[in-house]
Amino acid sequence: MTTTSPPPPATAEQPTTPALQADGVTKRFAGVTALSGVSFSVQPGSIHALVGENGAGKSTLIKVLTGVHRPDEGRLLHHGAETSFGRAADAQAAGISTVYQEVNLVPLLSVARNVFLGREPRTRLGLVDVRRMEREARQITRDLGVDVDVTGDLGRLGLGIQQMIALARAVSIDARVVIMDEPTSSLERREVDTLFTVARRLRDQGVAIVFVSHRLDELWQLCDAVTILRDGRVVHTGEMATLSRRELISHMLGRDIDDVAAHGATGFGDAPATAGATGAGSAGGASPAPAGALVGSGVGSTTSTPALSADPVLSVTGLDARAALHDVAFDVHQGEVLGLAGLLGSGRSETVKAVYGALATDGGEVRVGGRPVRRNSVRASLSAGVALLSEDRKAEGIVPELSVRDNIVLAVMDRVSTFGVISDRKVDALVDTFVRRLGIKVSSPRQLVSQLSGGNQQKVLIARWLCTEPRVFLLDEPTRGIDVGAKREVQGLIDELAARGLGVVLISSESDELVEGSDRVVVLRDGRVSARLDGDDVTSSRLLAALVGDPASDDAAGTDPEEGAR
Amino acid sequence: MSTQATAQESRTEPGRARRRPDAAWVARNGVYLALVVLVLLNIVITPYFVSASNLRLQLIQAAPVVIVALGMSLVIGTKGIDLGVGSVMALSAAIMPLYIGYGTLPAILVGVAAGLVTGFVAGTLVSRLGLQPIVATLAIFVGGRGLANVIGGQIKNLSDPGLVRLGSGSTLGVPNTVLVAAVVFAVVWFVVRRTTFGRGVEAIGGNPRAAELAGLRRARILLIVYMVAGVLAAVAGVLAAARSQASDPRTLGLLMELNAIAAVVIGGTPLTGGKVRVVGTVAGALLMQLLVSTLVAQDVPDSVAQMIQAGVIVVAVWVQLGRKRS
Repeated sequence: MTTTSPPPPATAEQPTTPALQADGVTKRFAGVTALSGVSFSVQPGSIHALVGENGAGKSTLIKVLTGVHRPDEGRLLHHGAETSFGRAADAQAAGISTVYQEVNLVPLLSVARNVFLGREPRTRLGLVDVRRMEREARQITRDLGVDVDVTGDLGRLGLGIQQMIALARAVSIDARVVIMDEPTSSLERREVDTLFTVARRLRDQGVAIVFVSHRLDELWQLCDAVTILRDGRVVHTGEMATLSRRELISHMLGRDIDDVAAHGATGFGDAPATAGATGAGSAGGASPAPAGALVGSGVGSTTSTPALSADPVLSVTGLDARAALHDVAFDVHQGEVLGLAGLLGSGRSETVKAVYGALATDGGEVRVGGRPVRRNSVRASLSAGVALLSEDRKAEGIVPELSVRDNIVLAVMDRVSTFGVISDRKVDALVDTFVRRLGIKVSSPRQLVSQLSGGNQQKVLIARWLCTEPRVFLLDEPTRGIDVGAKREVQGLIDELAARGLGVVLISSESDELVEGSDRVVVLRDGRVSARLDGDDVTSSRLLAALVGDPASDDAAGTDPEEGAR
Repeated sequence: MSTQATAQESRTEPGRARRRPDAAWVARNGVYLALVVLVLLNIVITPYFVSASNLRLQLIQAAPVVIVALGMSLVIGTKGIDLGVGSVMALSAAIMPLYIGYGTLPAILVGVAAGLVTGFVAGTLVSRLGLQPIVATLAIFVGGRGLANVIGGQIKNLSDPGLVRLGSGSTLGVPNTVLVAAVVFAVVWFVVRRTTFGRGVEAIGGNPRAAELAGLRRARILLIVYMVAGVLAAVAGVLAAARSQASDPRTLGLLMELNAIAAVVIGGTPLTGGKVRVVGTVAGALLMQLLVSTLVAQDVPDSVAQMIQAGVIVVAVWVQLGRKRS
């Protein structure tokens, strides 16, 4: 049936022709291979999980399956027959429906109109037969177990219900394949449960479903089969039920399964690079800092921060944000690097954004130096001495049309101006200092920031935040997408900043970077703190174990006991 | 400066410089080139072009467009647009006759205040209620002229000596309207180049999310920008009424929004926001003015002249796109 990978057994039915199949698909973008010989198939009446970290190729594969991209090599088989979708509309016409995280329906039209959009039943006069449309829409939604007023506007419903309507639409156009791309990431628990009920009902009607989610626990609740992608290749495909969480994560991260398993045995020896992990002042620590390159070399090298002062510089308690964070709490002390670990979608970025006031929170408190910071206000956080280096350099960091100089002083314009008039002298002084100390490579500070390399752009942004003289620096993936040299410089800088007394929160997807750079690590899972690693426990193997989330390592609050029950 | 490497080394995308190296230069300075070419052409083909009276006339006629376009350039710099400016001109001119009895200055102030109010309305709709700029200012476009008609009714005479001096007089040989335009230009240039506000305008136009994360007050900056655009449109309305010594709410400022947008775009300010080109905007306004008067002088029919204007706008945007791509 499938050519390379063993066909995932269709649950409760005899193996049939896959509803949709990619066979040896390769896709390149401008010389970068996004997919390499990927074979993937989903059976009718089966829910198939598609898993992988960022950049593994999931979204590219989905776009190939839905006709958005054409494969460079390989075939696409639809119910066993080779097809090629020229456009996304062709795939839709062939009965392939996609439900995205962001619902792509029309919020201002009624539910019934949305279900039948583009195929409204007509009266003899050619007008829309509203009564029939609403009757049928009511029938379809009721069949799916969704209780909703089909005459009301879609936009007035919750996001979860809207997604259900998107599914109802898929049913009404008789879709045989439904691709659900992270449908649950902005849903509440209850909405997720309803969505799953609907998805199962569709499966029982013989629909093939591809399910993408970063919430790993959902996979076992819902899926029958699983395919794991890493670096554009299929690294595993098979039954969901026989795959352990540990196996899944080791496949995703490309780690040796024994390495993940070894946590109980070793604990210390296998990670020699954790020199700085035992306490504060990891200045000279693991990452090699280029001599003298970084901030104020020598100045007040607080080599031994006296054992973490009792009062934390940053104290976060009970942070709640709708569907994203639940009761997140942690402290950061002066001179300390706190690692924030977690798989994709675990709430790492959301946590630092919430602390910074850039993500709306429903509850919780952030204290800096003991003083509470006004919630949901970036300006209040900034003036309290919190800075956030966002993970998305392009969308949330650089202002491309402005110069390096203007980008660096963007957050401190008030300080380099008098009555709103910018002082060139003050700007130059600041900019020169940081360009020199961070080694930012520019032809002139007036060069456009968009002309710099990724690493230099990152340094410009770090300079922007250091200008604010922060007491707490939140770093979200500070070394992602920059070259090796710049990466080491940034890592060295982080150590140095901590040594100079800042409280640093470090997020990284690279567990080595996290282990080497952090004094303590807080592990997040599904928006909750699932483990805390301290001192000698900050090792690669312990961290991996915590990410895997074996109950044994969940020593902190926040595991989800109610998960399986619903 | 502490420079450690050449620009070459720090380029991100190697494919960027693929296009002709001078394309970017042409895109950036095309408006000045075109202006020079058009002036030279006129010197050759238009009789009496290089006379003091003709140059005065050209500048006087360009002044309102320059003033409105400078306000527009700020709005466009935030990735917005202001369609209301023409109606605001009519509104300010329509209000003045009602208050001219109190004196010249009060009438002018009330006229300008009309722009402040409409700008506040548009700015609030955009910055607080999140309306798209084109929708918010379309409301001003329609409502403003409607209100002007209600207030003004029909053409009103405005033969106040103070206003006549403002509209038709000169100071040290320079027409007063041109002086006002020059002052507005100098202030806007200073604000954009030298102040935190100008930097804020470009930052929220270039990357609103990054600007907010850097602590900039996006809503406040937007509100002020629309108020400035409204005030400048009102100033242009006052000047136009003062010059014609009458206010006609039906025709005053008609199509001004389009001329102003054209001047801004031709001047090299991208409609996608993030950059305000003040000198370019003035050059763009002068270019359009000169183009029209050249065509009139050559007895080109109005309809053809309009099509030629359209062509110039298209070419200007196209050259800009080339710069974006290169």
